[in-house]
Amino acid sequence: MENWKQNPRVFWTLGIPPSLWLLAFFIIPLGFLFVMSFSDKAMVDGQVSITGYDYLTGITNYIRAFDSLYLGIMWKSVWISALATALCLLTAYPIAFGICFAQDKWKPLLLLLVVLPFWINLLIRTYALIAVFRTQGYVNKILGVVGLGPYEMLYNNFAVIFGLVYVYMPFMVLPLYATIERLDKSYLEASLDLGGSQFQTFLRVTVPLTMPGIISGIILVFIPCLGSFLTPDLLGGANALMIGNVIERQFKAANDWPFGSALSFLLMYATFGALALRYLFTLRSKGVDV
Amino acid sequence: MAAQLKPGQGPLDYGSRTWLKVLFAVIFFVLYAPIITLVAFSFNTDKRGVVWRGFTLDNYTKAWNNASLIEALTNSLVIAVIATVIATVLGALTALLMWRFRFPFKGAYEGFMALPIVIPEICMGVALLLFFVNSGMMELFVHLPWPLNLGNIIFAHVTFCFPFVAVVVRSRLVGFNRQLEEASKDLGASEWQTFWSIIVPFMKPGLIAGALLAFTLSLDDFVITFFTSGPETVTFPVKVYSLVRRGVSPEINAASTVLIVITVVATVLAMKLQAPPKADKG
Repeated sequence: MENWKQNPRVFWTLGIPPSLWLLAFFIIPLGFLFVMSFSDKAMVDGQVSITGYDYLTGITNYIRAFDSLYLGIMWKSVWISALATALCLLTAYPIAFGICFAQDKWKPLLLLLVVLPFWINLLIRTYALIAVFRTQGYVNKILGVVGLGPYEMLYNNFAVIFGLVYVYMPFMVLPLYATIERLDKSYLEASLDLGGSQFQTFLRVTVPLTMPGIISGIILVFIPCLGSFLTPDLLGGANALMIGNVIERQFKAANDWPFGSALSFLLMYATFGALALRYLFTLRSKGVDV
Repeated sequence: MAAQLKPGQGPLDYGSRTWLKVLFAVIFFVLYAPIITLVAFSFNTDKRGVVWRGFTLDNYTKAWNNASLIEALTNSLVIAVIATVIATVLGALTALLMWRFRFPFKGAYEGFMALPIVIPEICMGVALLLFFVNSGMMELFVHLPWPLNLGNIIFAHVTFCFPFVAVVVRSRLVGFNRQLEEASKDLGASEWQTFWSIIVPFMKPGLIAGALLAFTLSLDDFVITFFTSGPETVTFPVKVYSLVRRGVSPEINAASTVLIVITVVATVLAMKLQAPPKADKG
């Protein structure tokens, strides 16, 4: 790698276009959002203006975000995301483990099968779930055969959590697969030789050694779950609101952009917090990075 | 599949454990059954899509004759193609910059380039909405003739696509043998000649894979487009969203199937091209 001073002309030619683009269409928009989050709607002749704003008036929007109503929604977003992440981990771990111990010729195909749904449009996958879970859908039909139901399986928290697991599971499999694949299998043999049961070996050797992959997977799933909008919007109905839906509402129906901006920034801070946690964990378990 | 596995009952032969195979079968079933049902029912004659009544292509004809659906699909494809071209160029420039140079605050710059990948889509969507409205770009582009009125959406798509392209291209560049570059320069080639006839051909698989990734990301995006599109500039996912809100219909199944086929083909191609030329590096 050469120092940029050795060839400044090439350095600037390569660096300026992408940096300017990111500045114009990412950093400046975030700046607008930041300013808006500290602003208020302007009052014109004693009435709230629709499009006018008083900029940088204070932190009222952030204070309002900590109303019990919004605090409740934030808490709900966190636990729904946490539960979905945990379920992803429980299903993805055996999958990743199984792929690693499958015969070599099957591995690429199995991995492709796990990853492929991820490439299908999120909206379409969610729509596919709606079709299967609705009252006349297949799940209820099968339950009907055994004399159960029909149940209302959509438009509640169950549907949102199932949808999130369904949609983000591949994100969990990949980092787990990467660490389990690199795990030195002789540790497992050693543990079994020394009299550890399969279960003990799993809990005390495999899990600790694959912790970096587990952490990465948790973060990779938790972040998009927390910020999800489409899944709770389509599967959740009115009483399964998450923070993403509240933000959307502020920018569309409720037309309260300053408040929506403040909520967006809170969501971003939560995301950065999760990323910082991951960074701390990778520092601690140095060496094995995913 | 079972016939090809060895009878191996060794303690580490987890691959041949029955419970694991059953679990695989169950999870893959849950993962694929909804999608397969969706595709199958796009060929169904039953209007409500509840029971299978017979094979037909009517839903495809209906979707094809639905002018607003076709318009949305055209918009999506035009946006995806233009955004892909710009994102591939910007992504390649970023990758080359990071690969070739040492410079102050490189770590910070790298983190800054990864931001569009990590921040929640909805935050990026509302930030761009705010920016387009306040900078007057929304107003400006809405009145332009097609396809220029898609400008805002294209800007937004390039922004979230090009960091992904940069990652893909950079991982390709890591395998480059720098001696080739030195040899080229020793033999009297200029910076530009070396770039064009040595580095670009080497980067090509990465560029194609990155471009296909950008294309799929752009074609699939709903959230950011939802916030940056005007009433006249509806893309395919935004159109499907408005249809889905009204309920299940075989026409949506047909339209979705077409989109699934496009993205799956693009993805499988990208994966083939991205596969390292030699042995896999752990």
